[in-house]
Amino acid sequence: MAKHHVTATVNGDTVEFLCDAQETLLDCLRDQLGLTGTKEGCSTGDCGACSVTVNGRLVCSCLMLGVEANGKQIGTIEGMARGSELHPLQRKFIEHAALQCGICTPGFLIAAKSLLERQPNPTETEVRYWLAGNLCRCTGYDKIVRAVLDAAAEIRGA
Amino acid sequence: MQEKVKEPSSEFEYVGHRPDRPDGVDKVTGRAKFGADLAMSGQLVGKVLRSPHAHARVRAIDTTAAEKLSGVKAVITAADFKDQPSEFIPAGEMMINYRDVVRNVMAREKALYEGHAVAAVAATNAAIAKQALKLIKVDYEVLPHVIDVVEAMKPGAPVLHEDLYTAGVDPAPKTPSNVAKRLEFVLGDVTAGFKQADVVLEREFTTKPVHQGYIEPHACVASVSEDGQADVWVTTQGHWIVRAHCARLLGWDVSKVRVTSSEIGGGFGGKTVVYLEPLALALARKARRPVKMVMTREEVFRASGPTSGAHVRVKIGARKDGRIVAAEAELKYQAGAFAGSPVQPGAMCAYAPYDLENVKVVGYDVVTNRPKVAAYRAPGGPISEFAVESVIDEIAGKLGVDPIEMRLKNAAKQGTRAAYGPKFGPIGMVETLEAAKAHAHWRTPLKKNQGRGVASGFWFNIGGETSVSLSLNEDGTLSLTAGTPDIGGLRASLCMMAAEELKVPLDKIRVQIGDTGQLSYNFLTGGSRATFSSGMATVEAAREVKKEACKRAAKLWELPEDAVEYTDGAVRPAGPNAGKHNPMSLKEIAGIAGKTGGPIAGYARINAAGAAPSLATHICDVEVDPDTGKVSVVRYTAIQDAGRAIHPSYVEGQYQGGVAQGIGWALNEEYIYGDDGKLQNPGFLDYRVPVASDLPMIDTVIVEVPNPRHPYGVRGVGETPIVPPMAAVANALADATGVRFTELPMSPPKVLKALDAARANGAAKI
Repeated sequence: MAKHHVTATVNGDTVEFLCDAQETLLDCLRDQLGLTGTKEGCSTGDCGACSVTVNGRLVCSCLMLGVEANGKQIGTIEGMARGSELHPLQRKFIEHAALQCGICTPGFLIAAKSLLERQPNPTETEVRYWLAGNLCRCTGYDKIVRAVLDAAAEIRGA
Repeated sequence: MQEKVKEPSSEFEYVGHRPDRPDGVDKVTGRAKFGADLAMSGQLVGKVLRSPHAHARVRAIDTTAAEKLSGVKAVITAADFKDQPSEFIPAGEMMINYRDVVRNVMAREKALYEGHAVAAVAATNAAIAKQALKLIKVDYEVLPHVIDVVEAMKPGAPVLHEDLYTAGVDPAPKTPSNVAKRLEFVLGDVTAGFKQADVVLEREFTTKPVHQGYIEPHACVASVSEDGQADVWVTTQGHWIVRAHCARLLGWDVSKVRVTSSEIGGGFGGKTVVYLEPLALALARKARRPVKMVMTREEVFRASGPTSGAHVRVKIGARKDGRIVAAEAELKYQAGAFAGSPVQPGAMCAYAPYDLENVKVVGYDVVTNRPKVAAYRAPGGPISEFAVESVIDEIAGKLGVDPIEMRLKNAAKQGTRAAYGPKFGPIGMVETLEAAKAHAHWRTPLKKNQGRGVASGFWFNIGGETSVSLSLNEDGTLSLTAGTPDIGGLRASLCMMAAEELKVPLDKIRVQIGDTGQLSYNFLTGGSRATFSSGMATVEAAREVKKEACKRAAKLWELPEDAVEYTDGAVRPAGPNAGKHNPMSLKEIAGIAGKTGGPIAGYARINAAGAAPSLATHICDVEVDPDTGKVSVVRYTAIQDAGRAIHPSYVEGQYQGGVAQGIGWALNEEYIYGDDGKLQNPGFLDYRVPVASDLPMIDTVIVEVPNPRHPYGVRGVGETPIVPPMAAVANALADATGVRFTELPMSPPKVLKALDAARANGAAKI
């Protein structure tokens, strides 16, 4: 079966890859492009570990085909820091101990960034509902929610 | 008596503070490599064929067509593994039997649960591997199955193992059954005790199997060279354990197998056993290519171990003043397909928080056609303690005694003899109860449709074999290598203890988790032992470095060794007769190491003794929707004795995470089986773990009653937090509704049904 040629922008860089028709965007990111920061927890869109942005929209990359990425702008965890400067959310996750094992962390960070781009001043409830698609089994979410609220305040300059 | 964590700790320079974890940046940037993140050159994809039947004899397996498929490089079945003799070996908090392990990784005579592995293939890509699985023909003779623990114990139930005879009964049974073992712990005389009681209450409880729910599925990559050198990269709680199991199952020398632990994406006990690793090695040996295997989420649910579902009967007698005079429990725990449920620790924990004279606990370990259970955070404890804490609450209510006062009246203390044998050293049961009583949460008024519950919990914690090396580098920095995988901040804690000992800045110490070739044996990260045991070994290794540094200075200064001391990160002459020498920093000592005797390092190889129990008391407020039966936890406070919190943020995180898992166990999570013996909810959509919008902030109070057997007073903290929540939620729900719930999960349909029934007879409060 012939593979499909896909051209996309990932974290600002133009990338090209070949993929089978049934391969997910998640598979392509991890296996074709070597971007293993995006994680697979369920492959059914229930855990959010594979969260990326596609043209600015938050997406479970396990629910999108690689071929659908053609011509799109993809954002992954590897593109979140600016050079050696961590994104405020990344910094606040470390400061608040908002991760234990760390497997869900990339997905949470991508989802939280997406929230703050839409709602720079979220309430605790808004944070909890926006992040309800991301499962964490270690933290009980307490420190994650605090880290997101604190990062939001910092970004706002509050 | 009670010490709370000071912010920051004034006692120590590093311990008790909250520095950033050393592996934090790797984990927020995607740089950290987990089980599925490694690719070896030329690797194949391995996939497993699993039984579609709950119970079936495997008459024959024909792999010919699969082997012929282009791109398939190896196919294996049970025939590729030598059979193992039956022998129970202690493995931390659980027991293992290689006769069963070899059958669990690959079904031999019978498939014992839906999802049981029967064959595996390695192919050049996933699509070919999946196609090959379809070409394997298995001739099954389908047998009647049994899923429920009570059904499995009945005479005439389908028998899983024709050679399983109940151990621990006299006379020994003459016929096989599904009851693998009966055990009993007795203290005093319960019959006499119940005679002194003013009130006796007996209740039966059922709990469902629940899965650890780690977000990272099992994953590994294995390679085996032509001369038999094997390498495994794997997500595991213990890579020495993986090495031991794989070497045993494959019949290889231990030294031939090197296992590297990846970062681990959650385990909670579930990654203390092997599933894919021996298969990947057997496939790699056959194919002579590296083989990568990753479970799907569905495979994780169908084929890896949850904890037991159970049936529990509890009977407690108390005097009017709340003093318990007799306590009984009968525990029936599902082990899954092979013997070895956590009923023993469950029985030991049941009444452990209390100082009682008359206790009798009987336990049964029962096999059923489900995946073999694995350890899950305080294995066995949450089940028995849910039942006990529920009955204590109900008795307190009947007697009109405050539930915290009732627990205080019966609390275990230093010197209390537990029903399971030992006398406790210093423990924090009273301190957590006092902290609960003093907490504002306990006194805050409730709103409409709300109720408040309190429950306590106990877990032993363990020590065990541990190795740590600490090298002083030539520039005075240090490299610390530990062997217990870092599952939630271990590197930070070890770094802090080493820094405290040596009085060097945290960023001068880099901590890595070594592979099995880099250190001597390490038992796994489990039993809440990693910070305790690896911490103890780290302190010992650091003290060795200090001693060696003094020795080198003594040599240089031509002094006896005891005339040099290590203080504030430098060696200096000790006492007035040692002469005048300028102190030498660790950096300076490192610089002269070559000339004074060679490299400087500490290497601790210990069997960490003195692990001490951690006790907790939790307060929970729920709100019940009277129309739907939905229960929401609206406020929660977890109070627990940490001994000493090395990094308080990660101790709090353990409390909060355990509470969240416990709330899931209480309200939502369960394995749902059809009449066909097949699991109906093997995914996160239908097996619903708590999400952020289900939970409130979880308040924590760290009580510190130091463990005298650890250099910094550490107890384990990871497991106890999951023990109290089920009873705390049930007790809160009883307070809100006037209805006592004895069956988990307390999901909306069950709650609504019970509320409707109670409303019909006027017993409901809402």
